[in-house]
Amino acid sequence: MPRVKVARKSTAIDMTAMCDVAFLLLTFFILSAKPKTADPIKADIPAAAISTTIPQTDFSTLLIAQGKVFFNVEGDDVRKETLRIMAEKYKMSFTPEEANQFAGVESFGVPMVQLHSFLAMSPRDRDKVPQPGIPVDTTNNNELFDWVHSARLANKLLHNKELKIGIKGDSQQVYPVVGMVIATLQKQKVDRFNLITALKSK
Amino acid sequence: MAELDTSGGGKQKGGKVRTKKKAVRVDLTAMVDLAFLLITFFILTTTLNKPKAQELIMPDKDDITHDQLPVPESKTMTLLLGANDKLEWFVGKAGATPPKVIGYGKNELRATLIEQNEKIKASHNGQPMIVIVSPSAQSTYKNVVTVMDELNIVDIEQRAIVDILPVDIDLLKRDGLYK
Repeated sequence: MPRVKVARKSTAIDMTAMCDVAFLLLTFFILSAKPKTADPIKADIPAAAISTTIPQTDFSTLLIAQGKVFFNVEGDDVRKETLRIMAEKYKMSFTPEEANQFAGVESFGVPMVQLHSFLAMSPRDRDKVPQPGIPVDTTNNNELFDWVHSARLANKLLHNKELKIGIKGDSQQVYPVVGMVIATLQKQKVDRFNLITALKSK
Repeated sequence: MAELDTSGGGKQKGGKVRTKKKAVRVDLTAMVDLAFLLITFFILTTTLNKPKAQELIMPDKDDITHDQLPVPESKTMTLLLGANDKLEWFVGKAGATPPKVIGYGKNELRATLIEQNEKIKASHNGQPMIVIVSPSAQSTYKNVVTVMDELNIVDIEQRAIVDILPVDIDLLKRDGLYK
């Protein structure tokens, strides 16, 4: 009896199409990923069971740790406009070069008087240098008040949307500093804000 | 598809001796492996890293003087946040009911909130309890977030963060929660 011979096929599969798809997806994910930015100061955020997601744009974060306050607003254009309004308020002038530098700075905590020298540094030095934090007190005219106010103006001007404000505090931060920041926000009628938290189970 | 066209093309003129070329086939398996590994990495890092936040709404400071109805003191529960991750609570006026010192744990704070809420609802025709949170200068930010979270879990809508009064600080000092 003649045996039925099964034709032997090569087991190599054409991977080209798969490779194309994989790299297409990879490109998509890389482009849509937002690079994680390092905060100028380490903050161990507290955990909460019930939380909502926070927006990626039209958002400002106030980082509070070790008694210092750091300010950040999302979006390069908003940052630039914020600096322009702040410069007007404080009767300072910034060169276009400095404004461009500022647009790339995420979270910072230097008083207005030190801003020129801070922007003159290279980005690498900026990460290393200890920042004193943005001056905040209980009066009506502290710098944090002006920063937040300018950022809200800038965001309204450019995006026509209300700026949302988040507070990112260190777990071990004593409450009075946080209370002072909240009071500063309430002075400009910002009564709703987000406390940035980590997840935990109930 | 991955082979390169190496047929040499056209007629061979001039009788030059050419080495026979083999089809070049690149094995893409390893490349695909790598690509999927990277995809997995990016998916995990982007979606799991979305920041979360707890919403906090503070009472409008200017509206305190008008449009206010008197609230019976027996309906309010006050939480005084002290040092060393401990808090003190009482219902009604300070000193009227004996204040108790508890921790922030599930079995302490949450149980107390649920218990008091039920009690107050029963004695006030189902009206919910009002919670006043007074963080002292020695409490931490984490304490405040924990308390607000517990209030969210227990679903107590009527709450406010209020500056601590000197009377309350004395109370904390007496119980050793304030140095």
